[in-house]
Order: sequence, then C-alpha cells, then structure tokens
Amino acid sequence: MTTISAAEPSRRDFLYIATAAVGAVGAAATLAPLIGQMSPDASTIAAGAPVEVDLSPLAEGQIVQAFWRSQPIFIFHRTKQDIARAQAADWRTLRDPAPDSARVKAGHEQWLVVVGICTHLGCIPLPHQGNFDGWFCPCHGSQYDSAGRIRQGPAPLNLPLPPYQFVSDTKIRIGETAPANA
Amino acid sequence: MNAHRSIALAATLAASLSVAAMHAASAQEAEAPSREHWSFHGPFGTYDTGQLQRGFKVYREACSTCHGLKLLAFRNLSDPGGPSFTEPQAVTIASGFQVTDGPNDKGEMFQRPGKIADRFPPPFPNDQAARAALGGGLPPDMSVLAKARGYEAGFPWFIFDAFTQYQEDGPDYIHAILVGYEDPPAGVTLPPGAQYNKFFPGHAIAMPKPLSDGQVEYTDGTPATVDQYGKDVAAFLMWAAEPKLDERKRLGFQVFVFLIVLTGLLYFTKKRVWHDVKHDPELIESRPPPEYPKS
Amino acid sequence: MSANSIYKPQNPVMQWMERRLPIASLIHSSFVVYPTPRNLNYWWTFGGILSFMLGAQIVTGIVLAMHYTPHVDLAFNSIESIMRDVNYGWLLRYLHANGASFFFVAGYAHIIRGMYYGSYKDPREVLWILGVILFLLMIVTGFMGYVLPWGQMSFWAATVITNLFSAIPGVGDPIVTWLWGGYAVGNPTLNRFYSLHYLLPFVIAGVVVLHVWALHMVGQNNPTGVEPKTEKDSVAFTPYATAKDAFFIGVFCLFLAWFVFYIPNYLGHSDNYIPANPGQTPTHIVPEWYYLPFYAILRAIPSKLLGVIALLSSIVLLAFLPWLDTSRVRSANYRPLYRQFLIVFFLVVIGLGYLGSQPPEGGYVIAARILTAYYFVFLLIILPLLGLFETTKPLPNSISESVLREGVPVGASAPPPSGARG
Repeated sequence: MTTISAAEPSRRDFLYIATAAVGAVGAAATLAPLIGQMSPDASTIAAGAPVEVDLSPLAEGQIVQAFWRSQPIFIFHRTKQDIARAQAADWRTLRDPAPDSARVKAGHEQWLVVVGICTHLGCIPLPHQGNFDGWFCPCHGSQYDSAGRIRQGPAPLNLPLPPYQFVSDTKIRIGETAPANA
Repeated sequence: MNAHRSIALAATLAASLSVAAMHAASAQEAEAPSREHWSFHGPFGTYDTGQLQRGFKVYREACSTCHGLKLLAFRNLSDPGGPSFTEPQAVTIASGFQVTDGPNDKGEMFQRPGKIADRFPPPFPNDQAARAALGGGLPPDMSVLAKARGYEAGFPWFIFDAFTQYQEDGPDYIHAILVGYEDPPAGVTLPPGAQYNKFFPGHAIAMPKPLSDGQVEYTDGTPATVDQYGKDVAAFLMWAAEPKLDERKRLGFQVFVFLIVLTGLLYFTKKRVWHDVKHDPELIESRPPPEYPKS
Repeated sequence: MSANSIYKPQNPVMQWMERRLPIASLIHSSFVVYPTPRNLNYWWTFGGILSFMLGAQIVTGIVLAMHYTPHVDLAFNSIESIMRDVNYGWLLRYLHANGASFFFVAGYAHIIRGMYYGSYKDPREVLWILGVILFLLMIVTGFMGYVLPWGQMSFWAATVITNLFSAIPGVGDPIVTWLWGGYAVGNPTLNRFYSLHYLLPFVIAGVVVLHVWALHMVGQNNPTGVEPKTEKDSVAFTPYATAKDAFFIGVFCLFLAWFVFYIPNYLGHSDNYIPANPGQTPTHIVPEWYYLPFYAILRAIPSKLLGVIALLSSIVLLAFLPWLDTSRVRSANYRPLYRQFLIVFFLVVIGLGYLGSQPPEGGYVIAARILTAYYFVFLLIILPLLGLFETTKPLPNSISESVLREGVPVGASAPPPSGARG
C-alpha cells in the first residue's frame, strides 16, 4: 500500500471523525429503546393507579392489608391506648426518629397507613405481635411499634409511609397525595 | 444460438405465468374494495383526531353491543396519537361500561362501572354465549381487525404498493363491507340468516346491515351518511389496531434522515479509504502502452 | 502482506493479555491485516451484512423474549401487549419480524454471489457446505419463530410443515406425534418451538465461526475467479473491506427502515392477526415470502412423499454444487453459456416464488411443474454437461491485470489454466 500524502490530513481526518461521531450517536440512539423496554410498561403503570379503601368495616384495634403497586399496605385502626403509647415514646432516641404526629394525618390519628414490607430484607411483618403493640418480623426478629416505627431488631428504618389521602372520614385513596381531580 | 436458447427459455417462463394469471382472474370472488383517501396514509400521514372521535362514537353506538375491543384499555382513549380524549372524558367513557370484578368477600364475581385502567369488557362472556344470542354467528373482536383483514391487489399492484406505502387494505376493506350491503342480484340465493354484501368473500355475510344514514349524530357538522360512518369507524379501528402509527412514522422520518447522513458519510469514507488503491501508482506504472488498431 | 502483519502490543496490559488469551492478535490477523482481493464488488458485502443481521435478530429477539409468553392462551395477547404497552415494543417487534425477512434477502444475495462467481468450487467446498447448513438452520429458525405469535398462519403453517414428516413411510406418524408432543399442534408444540427458536440462532453463530474459519483457510473468491498471486492483488481487510461493508450495511439499513417504519406489515399476512383457531383453516395457507419457491416445488409434485423429497432435495442438492458443476472456470463472467442458464435459474426461482403464493389451481400448477423441472434439470443435467462442453472466455492472468485491463490479457491466445490452486 502506498502511504497517504501528508498534504491533506485535516480533510481526511474530519471525514473520519465526522463518520465516527455520527456512528456513535446512532449506536447510542439504538441502545435507548433496548434499555428503555425494560422499564415498567404502560399497563404496569396503569395498574399502579391509586386504590381506594373503605375504612368503615374496620373495628378498633383491627389491622387489614390492602395492595397498592403490588405492595402490601397495612391499615391499622388504632385504639386510644395504641395512640397514647405511640405518642408517649421518646421518639428522639429511636433508630429512625419520628414523632407519632409525623406518622399519621392530622385529625385522623386513629388511622395508621404504612407499607407492610420490613425495611431489613423485605419480609411482611406479622401484626399484633412483638413487644411494642405493633408488628413482629419473623425473618430476622425486627419489631415495630403502633406507629410502625422500628424499635428492636436489625431493620434500619421505620415502615415506609405510602402517599395517601382521606377522600372522606371513612375512605382513603392510597397512591395520591394531592386532592383528586373531578 | 445462445441468445435464441435463452429467449426461448424466458418465453416459456412468461407463457407459464400469463396462463396462470389469466386463470386466476376468473377465480376472483368478491370485488376489490375501492381505495379511499386516509389521513394516516404515507410517510407523513397521521390520524385525524376528529375522525377517530367520530369513529369511536360509531363504534360505541352501532358496534359495541356485539363486537369487543378487549386489547384496548380506556386509558388508551386519552393517549397521544389517538382520539385524544381528555382524561376526564376517558374516565366518563369508562364508567359507561360495566366491568366484571371480584371475587368479593362472599366469593362472588360482580359488575362495576369501568375505571380508566380497565380494558374494554367483552360484550359476551364467551364465544358460545355470542353464538347463542346471535343465531350462530360469532362477531370477531375488533382490536386488530384492521390488520387482520385485507385483499389481494394482485400483480403488479403489490409491487407499486411497496413504493407508495399502501398499508390501508384493512380500513379499505372494512369501509367497503359497511357500504357494500345491497339486494342480491337475480338468481342468487343466500343461506338462511345471511345478507348479500358486494365486497364480502362469497357475498353471504352473517352480520346484518349495521349502519343507516343519520343513525349516529355528529356534532361537528360532518355528514351523517353510511359512507362517512364507514370511513370514520374504519379509521378508528385502524387506530385501535395500530395506536403507535403516528409515533412510528415520526420516528421513521428521524431515522431516515439520520441513516441518509450516516450512509453518505460512510460512502465518502469508503471513497477516501480506497482512493489510493484505485489510483495505485505501482499499478499505473506497470500498465503497458495502449494497443493501436491493426490497419 | 505488509510489515505490520503480526500484532505486537506496546501497551503492557495488552502484552499481559496476549500471553494468556491472544484474542487481540486473532482479531488483528483475521479482520485487520487479513489479505482481501482488491477487486471485490458489492456482492461481497453480504457476508458482513448477514453477520450484522444475525446480531440484530439476536438482540431484538432477546429483548422481545423478556415480554413474550409461550402459552397458547397468552401468546397472541402478549405480543399485542408488546406492541401497545412495552416501551418501544412496537419498534422491537417490527425490527425482529422485518429483520427476519431482510436476513433472508441478504442470505439469498450471498447465495447468488456464490453461484454466479463459482465460490463453491475447489478449495471452497466445505465453506459452501457450511453455508448450506446455515441456510437450513435459518429456514428452521424462521419457521419456528413464525409460529410463536400463534396467529392463524402460525398455527396452520406449523400443522402443514410438521405433517410433512408423516410422508416418511412407517415411522412418519409416530415422528409427527413426537414433534407435536400431542395429537395435534398445541401448547407443547408452542413451548418447544420457543425453546428451540431461542437456541438455534446461537447454533447459527457457532456454524458462522466455522464458516469464517473455513473461509480464512482458503481466502475470498473474487469476480475473476483467479486466485491472488502477488501482494498487488490484495489489500488489508481493514480499512478497505471494512469501509465498503460499513457503507453497504448503511444502505441495507435504509431499506430495512423503509419497511420497519412505513410498511411494517407488507411482507406479512393479514391472517396472522387472527388468533389461532384449530377448528378453522384459512382459505389460502401461505408461508412467508422467503419459503415460497420451495413451497411451490413441494406442491408441484402430485405425490406426497415425492413432494417432500423434492422439497428437501431442492436445498440439499445445493450442497453438491461443487461436484455437480464440472467446469474448471469459476466465474460466470467467463462462462457465457452458464451465465445465461444461471440467470434463467434465478428467474425460475422468482417465478416459483410467485407461484407459491397463488392457489394450486389450473394454470398455476402447470407452470409450477415446468419451473420445478427446470430447477432440477439445471442442477442435475445442465451443470454437469456445461462444464464438459462449454467454451469459456479467456481468464486474466491475475487480479491486478484484470483491474487494469478489464479481464483480457494482452496477446493471449489459448485460455490460461483455470483458477484451481496448485
């Protein structure tokens, strides 16, 4: 092969660089749908729409489990003693400090709505068990109180609060914080 | 002699094919549908939102009692590139349908108004119920009907169609069926329960004429004729079958521009890479002097 | 070959790697400095295009497999869910379906090149046979893939093609039952087709490695059929062949994009958008376009067993091309009679393709029989005889000479010896 003369390196190089750059853009653009197709699809997102739960059948002290976005949600109709004990705890010394008022909605303190997944490794804790009037996780022994806060065991955080709001005194919509549109 | 032999072979080939083609023409059953103008035809075609909304109205009022749309969800009605109803409108449409849900705490299935995430409920619980209710006929679900129907355009149309991007044989067929009801010609007897349709293969269609002029009210001033209903509902069904058409053609244009640019650059790159080989001084030097013609 | 034909890494990391697994030097010798004839035309780019398409089909197939459900009640709807709900699902599906068609377009172009330029001749017989094996694997893979959407054509194509095996005397019916996993095409059939459709492309990739290895042992053929003799006849694979391949892959992608974005259902059949109904056969069962010539041959023969044998032998006979063709001249550019018969052969195959799409009635049947006869007469009678009796044009002395002189050496009288290697 003959060597290419040094007289026109800039024009040749520009062409090769431009081609490589456009090719790289094409490769990246091709990658985008291949990666994006693994994100939740439209029907999954639609199935994750807010869910309404009627609270009237729950007696005082009763805990029920609903599902939202395939996650279990605990709904706890707390008795006055449950509320008192939760408020009396010295929340600043807890592993994940939170006052009881931050765990419920103002004016609806008897209703605790938390995601029922142990923040340790993901098991569903058992209700009305443990030493703190809340939940006991059988997998590794974490214990939550009547405000869903971690009190004992390996879990690092309180049971998470899902977005929810009261559409009436006896009905909540889980999955929405802003007021619903007409 | 070589040329004659190849001509003879080519002629045999052409003769065989033309004999075959003539025979095929006589075996045609139904007439081919007319090719309508569709707003979504061609590289820059898009759905006409107004037409899709009218088409949905026709579907809702004239077709939905028998024909399902089970692969569509109510939320699709407010997706971009479709009828583009607002979300509240889609919620209202959804609540107009009864959807089976359950089991409830008593273990029973129950009916409730549709929500936006629900799919269109089937008009009959199963095929046997449909046949029992309709005297034996089974109305097909229409979710992909516009892609499941078509007609053979024959040679040479199928070659031109690849260049003109004709993909609307389904909507053309559906429109033709809806306007194709007429009295059977003299001497033609139909099986019991069937009606005569000019464009249906075999001409005996089990579906009774579904549309008449003025049956569905159009509030935007479009003429309320069977022909218009046919076009609007066919366009709606094309959207139901291919909701991503607008996005596909738009992305296609971008991809085409990109590929033309990239291929052009690759062409010039190839030319530049090969330049020295094609003008190889060693080869040029070893080229013998040109031959002079013998006198 | 120039002085830098042996890869000597300067980078210490690469030196470390080279001693343990010399991939870099393998790529360097096979795809960078590898000597390629300088006169290859664009018909030689289809090998690279086929590799590109194999990669594209595997990638799109794997991501589609993340969303597809191989069950008779769910398959059709899972693909509709891909089309409607999965992000860019419609694009992936149309790329995969049209990509299969374009895989065959490139495959047929590659075969045409091989037949026209005599690329199957000594010493490339094994290369060619591996190619026939790849073609068969492609056919089986494509067939099983088409069954997966579980539309009317999917189901009935599966029924018709698996029923071919019942033509085998004696063991035919038990074989078909074994293939089906039941008394008819059903869920077990769908599941195993899915498993094998996922597997076979990787088998294809393995055979492609053998194919390229066999190629590199003997080197590329070229349009003159005369082997490279000196350094002047060849250029390095990179950047010369690479640049040419890359450009034509771009052109190829433009054609593919035309189909994927604007006429994505043109090559398919509308009946496959009807969910499979085991109780109702479509009026006209038609395979995808790339199988049509062989389908026509199958239907042209009135006997069931002979039809199946004709179908299989129409492909398997191709493997014997190196021995059926007795000519010692490779390229059809220098074989005027062969060239004409071969062009008619290609037209016959196109004609058979058209006939395969039509109902097997009347004039179509007669035409199919005539064209099928030519197909086999060409391979079994014309090819062997041509080699013995054809007068070929004189070959150039070398590739360089042909590049200069367009194929006619100065002062040549008798044809020089053909391109068989000493």
